[in-house]
Amino acid sequence: MKIKKCLYVNRRAPYGTSYALEAIDMVLIGSVFDQDISLLFIDDGLFQLKKGQDTADVEIKNHSPAYRAFEMYDVEKIYVSKEAMAARGLKRADLLVDVEQLSDNRIKELMDEHDVIFSF
Amino acid sequence: MKFVIQVNEGPYQHQTADSAYQFTRAALARGHEVLRVFFYHDGVNNGTRLTSPPQDDRDIVGRWSALAAEHGLDLVICVAAAYRRGILDESEMKRLGKDAHNLAPGFRISGLGQLIEGVVLADRLVVFGD
Repeated sequence: MKIKKCLYVNRRAPYGTSYALEAIDMVLIGSVFDQDISLLFIDDGLFQLKKGQDTADVEIKNHSPAYRAFEMYDVEKIYVSKEAMAARGLKRADLLVDVEQLSDNRIKELMDEHDVIFSF
Repeated sequence: MKFVIQVNEGPYQHQTADSAYQFTRAALARGHEVLRVFFYHDGVNNGTRLTSPPQDDRDIVGRWSALAAEHGLDLVICVAAAYRRGILDESEMKRLGKDAHNLAPGFRISGLGQLIEGVVLADRLVVFGD
């Protein structure tokens, strides 16, 4: 099978909609297809990666431990928007996984470099 | 050009479902190839044959089925999204012990791998929904 550069763009808060959970499912399934996978977190999507998520009161499963498992699936390229981090007062130490911070200008180039963009 | 179409919203609330259908029909009319239409998230609700719109409204589900019959379109409903929302075919009704099934003609239920395989083979993925 042809290998394409696939970028999964995560734009939404971890709870409130099902998109963050769906994105995790798709990344894990996608990893089986030996595609070149990168993840990008922008806007409120950054909160998906925040440490210390506790969903007990809203009776929804806390899916954030899955991000730590991505490494085992060879999903290692995780990018975040530097501007979105600053706007939300987030630092790399606040996040569950190691990330590379990119300027929004660089993110435009990153999108251009990919064959497929899956947006969640 | 080879397209894969992704539909993320259900019928009637959002124009998304209409736009996806109109784009698909137009692409086919221009001689393009639509490898697959993948219904994801609330988009799986486009695959229930029990929708009953009033006579003066468009039949969103029925026109997908008709387009599939005419062009041999592959209409795929995401399995995980479908089961959560109660979209079942006959075999899954039996397997899950439910008392009804509702998958519309021309649709089939399958996994996200179908979307990934589709985009690997296609020139463009066109996504409808926010």
